[in-house]
Amino acid sequence: MQYVIIGNSTAAVGGIEGIRQVDRVNPITVISEEPFHTYSRPLISYFLAGKVHEQQMLYRKHDFYENNGVNLMRGIKAERIDPLNKRIVLNNGAQISYDKVLLATGGKPYLPKPEWMRKPGVFTFTKLEDAKKIRESIATGDQAVVVGAGLIGLKAAEALNLLGMQVTVIDLAERVLSSILDSTAAGIVQGYLEAKGISFELTTTVEQVFGENRVEGIRLSGGKEIACKHLVVAIGVVPNTELVLNTPIKVNRGILVNSQMQTNVSDVYAAGDVAESYDLLYRAHRVTPILPLAYTQGEIAGKSMGGGETSFNGGFAMNSIGFFNLPIITAGIILPPSSGYKELVNYLPGQQSYKKLVVHEDKIVGFILINEVDRAGIITGLIREEKPVGDILAEQLLQDNVRLSCLPAAWFSKGLFWGGKAS
Amino acid sequence: MKRVYVNPEFCLGCKLCEIHCIAAHSKHRNNVLKAFKETRFRPVSRVIVEGDNLNSFAVQCRHCDEMFCAKACITGALQKDPKTGAVAIEESRCVGCWTCVLACPFGAVFRHYGEKKYAVKCDLCGGEESDPACVKHCPNEALVLRE
Repeated sequence: MQYVIIGNSTAAVGGIEGIRQVDRVNPITVISEEPFHTYSRPLISYFLAGKVHEQQMLYRKHDFYENNGVNLMRGIKAERIDPLNKRIVLNNGAQISYDKVLLATGGKPYLPKPEWMRKPGVFTFTKLEDAKKIRESIATGDQAVVVGAGLIGLKAAEALNLLGMQVTVIDLAERVLSSILDSTAAGIVQGYLEAKGISFELTTTVEQVFGENRVEGIRLSGGKEIACKHLVVAIGVVPNTELVLNTPIKVNRGILVNSQMQTNVSDVYAAGDVAESYDLLYRAHRVTPILPLAYTQGEIAGKSMGGGETSFNGGFAMNSIGFFNLPIITAGIILPPSSGYKELVNYLPGQQSYKKLVVHEDKIVGFILINEVDRAGIITGLIREEKPVGDILAEQLLQDNVRLSCLPAAWFSKGLFWGGKAS
Repeated sequence: MKRVYVNPEFCLGCKLCEIHCIAAHSKHRNNVLKAFKETRFRPVSRVIVEGDNLNSFAVQCRHCDEMFCAKACITGALQKDPKTGAVAIEESRCVGCWTCVLACPFGAVFRHYGEKKYAVKCDLCGGEESDPACVKHCPNEALVLRE
C-alpha cells in the first residue's frame, strides 16, 4: 500500500495523522510544491508584522515527517493525476504510483487581472513566500493599497499598518469582511480600523494600475486616484483544481467529495480548501476555505484511506479573527438567506461590542460576536449538535454571558459530570 | 486517561478551585496570598464555576478524544499528547487568535490577554504523582481526578 498526499498544509497534515490512526505501517509520500516544512498559513500576517519568526511558524514539529513514516518531496509540483493508471506526473518528469491519493492542493488567489502581477510591487498574500517578498520590498512610511477587505486583506492591512505604512483598503462590497459580518458589525470593525489609521474605499474597484517599472498608483472605478508603492491583491481564494483538469474527477467549484472525502473516482480523495463538501447549515455542498475544516476533512480522508470507519457530518464556516485588540468570532449563517430566519441582536449604538444570533426554526445557525467572545464555542457546539434551542434560551444566550449553566444539563452532562466521559 | 470530573451535588459554588488554579499557575505555586498580592502578572483561571448557590459546578478542559480545539488551532500550539491523552497548549507558540475559544463546546479554553495574547486551559497541573490544584483544594470533594 502506497499512500500519496498532494499538498503539505493543514489538510495534508490532517491526512497524515488520520492515516496513522489506523495504519502505522505503510509508507506515505507527500508532494509539496513549496520547499518548506509544513507551516501555518494563517501566521503569514503575523510573520509580516514581525510578531513571529519563521521558525515559530512550523505547524508540526521538526521530527513530524520522520515520526510518521512520511517521505516528503519538497519543491516538487504534481502536474497531473492519471487515475486510470493510478499515477501522479511530477514537474521534474518523474511519475509516482499510488494506491490511495489525497488531493490537498488548497486554494489559490483569485486574480481578476493576472497582468497586474507582472508589475514589481504587486503581491498576492496567501503563502510564506508572499510575506517574505512583501517584507523585502517595503519601508516605513510607504503607501500601500490592499485590494480586498476580507479576512486575508484586512490581516495584511493590519500588518502593514503595524509596520508604519499608510494603508488603503479597497473592496467591491459595501462593507468590510462581508462574508462573515453584517453591516452593523462591519461598521464597528471599519470604524475601529480607521481609528488605527487604515483608510477604506468601499463599493468600488480598481480600474487601472499605474507605473512602468513598478507600481506607482491606482485608479478606482469612480475616477479617484491613489498613489502607492505596493499593491496587495487579496480578493479571495479559489480551489486549486488544475491537477484534475481533463480527468473524470468531478469538479463543481471545488473537487466534489462525499462523507468519506472520496471523489467520484475510486482511491482518490480530496480535503481542505480544494474540496467541495457537505455544509451542515446550507444543506448543500460548498467550498468553505477555513483551517479547522481543512484539518477535519484531511483527518477523515486519512482514516478512510487507511480503512478506518469514519464519516463527515458536514461542516460550516467559522472564523476567529482579531485586529489589534479587537477580537471577532463568527460562525455559520450570519445573514438570513430567506424568510424563516430570525436575527437576535444585542447592541447599543456607539459601542464596540456586538452580539447577534441567527435562529432558524428552533436552532441557532449562526452568530457574530465582537469584543465579548469568551466561551463562544458553547454556541458553536449548539450549532454543530443541532440542538433545539428555542426562543427563550436563545434570548438568554444573547443577553447574558455565554455559559453552560443556562442550557439543559442533559446536553453537556455526559462529558462533564461524574460517571461521564468526554466524547 | 485521568480527567477532573465534577459532582454537581457536592459543589458548593465556593470558587476555591478558581483561586487555587490561579495560584498554581502563578510564580508562587503554593502560596495563595503571595500569588494574589505580589504578582503583577496574575494568571487566568483555567477552571470556571458556573451556576448559583443551589446548583453549581466547575468546568475545565475535558481532554476530549474528539478535540475540536486542537483540530481548529491555526499554529499547531494546541495538540493532544498521543501518549498521555492530555490536550495541551504550548503557550509560547500560541498567538492568541482564539480559534480554540470558538471551537471548544465546553467553553473551557480561556483568554490571557496582556501584552502577549495566548490561550490557557487545564493542564492537569498535578502531574503524574499529585492531584491538580483544583482537586486538592476542593473542600467538599466535588472535584475528583479519575479515569
